[in-house]
Amino acid sequence: MTDENPYQPWIAKIISVKEEASGERAIKTFRLEFQDEEVRKKFSFLPGQCIMISVFGTGESIFAISSSPTQKDYIEVSVMRYGKLTKALHLKEEGDLVGARGPYGNSFKVDEWKGKNVLFLGGGIGQAPLRSVIDYCIDNRKDYGKIDIVYGARTSRDLCYKDEFAEMSKKDDLSIHLSIDVEEEGWNQFVGFVPDNLKRLNPSPENTIAITCGPPIMIKFVIQNLLELGFKEDQVYTTLEMRMKCGIGICGRCNIGNLYVCKDGPVFSYDQIKDIQGDM
Amino acid sequence: MCQKFTQISTFLKILQISKILELNSKLLYYISLKFSIFRRYPYRLPYKYNFKNSLDMKTYKMSKDRFPEFIEQIKTKGQLYGPVKGNGKYSFEKIEKFEDLDFDYQRTVIGPKKFLTPPRYQTLRYDKSGQTDVFVSDETQIVIGVHPCDIHGINILDRLFLGNIKDPYYEKRRNNLIIIGHSCLPDENCVCKSTGTDMVEDGFDLFFTELGEHYLVWVGSDKGLSIAIEAEDMLTEEISEDEIQEYVRWQQRRSEMFKSEIPSFKYLADIIHLHYDSKVWEQFGEKCLSCGICSIVCPTCNCFNVEDRISMNTEDGFRERILDSCTLPYYSMVAGDHDFRPDRTSRLKLYYTHKLKEYIGRWGQPSCVGCGRCITYCPVGINVLTVSTALYEEVCEKPEACE
Repeated sequence: MTDENPYQPWIAKIISVKEEASGERAIKTFRLEFQDEEVRKKFSFLPGQCIMISVFGTGESIFAISSSPTQKDYIEVSVMRYGKLTKALHLKEEGDLVGARGPYGNSFKVDEWKGKNVLFLGGGIGQAPLRSVIDYCIDNRKDYGKIDIVYGARTSRDLCYKDEFAEMSKKDDLSIHLSIDVEEEGWNQFVGFVPDNLKRLNPSPENTIAITCGPPIMIKFVIQNLLELGFKEDQVYTTLEMRMKCGIGICGRCNIGNLYVCKDGPVFSYDQIKDIQGDM
Repeated sequence: MCQKFTQISTFLKILQISKILELNSKLLYYISLKFSIFRRYPYRLPYKYNFKNSLDMKTYKMSKDRFPEFIEQIKTKGQLYGPVKGNGKYSFEKIEKFEDLDFDYQRTVIGPKKFLTPPRYQTLRYDKSGQTDVFVSDETQIVIGVHPCDIHGINILDRLFLGNIKDPYYEKRRNNLIIIGHSCLPDENCVCKSTGTDMVEDGFDLFFTELGEHYLVWVGSDKGLSIAIEAEDMLTEEISEDEIQEYVRWQQRRSEMFKSEIPSFKYLADIIHLHYDSKVWEQFGEKCLSCGICSIVCPTCNCFNVEDRISMNTEDGFRERILDSCTLPYYSMVAGDHDFRPDRTSRLKLYYTHKLKEYIGRWGQPSCVGCGRCITYCPVGINVLTVSTALYEEVCEKPEACE
């Protein structure tokens, strides 16, 4: 966000591209670095916040920042190839320039959660905002209790951050529970949906914060199962998704009930949104 | 708050007593002035009778024959726009000469929002070497003949666009806009009395109220004051007692002319909240054509889309902002083809709940100003009046809710 015009993007260079998942719905993680020295110094964000990425000639879209704020040199966004802008972004290579402005929205209350256990429940590309929090918690490991990561995707090919999970699983201070939706040869972990995997794991709600992000239908059942497990409504956090065009609560696109997801969200605890009359 | 309440109840008592005693309107007028109830009764009270705002505003009188001269003078300040009749409908168009103006109208097709947030405009240009903002020219735009409802509409847009984070495109246009209001008389589609926007206290630079052979002219801003000072020879501050009386009578007459009313507008937010899952929405959803005309004509609808375009030479391009409507298909579709509002019912519900209910929680008032444009232009009769009436009637089917 420049001082004069909040809509003017800064120019950022793609310093690396990593393919997380391949195929029709490929997922790539783009590592971005702002061209302007001043912006690089000034730009700071918190886990859960979003950034508006411009591919000049195609348009602008909002993405969750998937890298941790503890990583100061660059920011990362993980993008699934799906629509007009994401397809154009997937054509970009190392060294190409894009526009970026932000950060927008609120964040996960990582400071308030100090001393608590954290349970992550991600599905598909919904893991992107969670990755920011996971990396933040790992970098500040002593501040948090038990860390459990439950993550699932359609097939093993669609799973993001595979090598990062492999790296993490070597550590003994966090546990990872992966799942895929349908049986596959060579898959020795859980087969089924994330809500079912959660039920199977049966985590204790005591002193625990649960964060979930994924397809809306997954979020719905995950929350339902969490409540059944005895989690209180204010122990459950999620991020909401909506189309956004400005990021500052003016364009009206992300309106749900009396909330603007870009300003009031994207992070909400379940008790904040359970009574909202709107489509989410 | 408490004091105000006492004042109001005292006023109501006086009103009852005066009806019994058949006190004349003049006495009632002064009694109510005493309790400052009339502060929002006329468009603006004449200067010397306005206790509250007596320091920051002035009221003048202008003879009608001087009005063309005033128009000529104001034209020198910038591009003048005003209500013009064409094809049986009115719109704010460029004014070359006084005769083009036609103030005898209820509503233009599109309100003055087109001067502040035009339906389509460029915000950014870029080429391979960099990017530049596209800003509007510094030319002053003057719009004359704006009715109270539309001025309220501008105030609502101001709050949104000039909130914590200012929208620079809107801000520039707003600063370059001079708003000259004009009094109006309602037709059967005007519901501004129900929405409480039939009178206006701020948001204009000058406001003209037509009274017989002269105008009463209220000054609403510094910009308006400087215009008035320049036009000093056409204006007089001498307003007689009779003229004030004439004005009060005109107000009463106007107030009685409203034919349509939104039932229980004050409680509409509650009604919507309680009837969020009502069948009424589906009935309207089935009729809705998803054409988006309601958003195009609404003076407070501002939701926009942003699109990039590339020039034919593929060397440069621009970004533009386009007025959008939440009733159009794919408005809420996100990646993965997930549409949060795939059916017309849910989009229509978003339109009306946002306008009439959720806006109150955020900005303290609903964003309907009762201009009657949706009533006039929706081809299938879905509008603020029919929607609120249907919801209200549903509530009143259950007697316990109405008690």
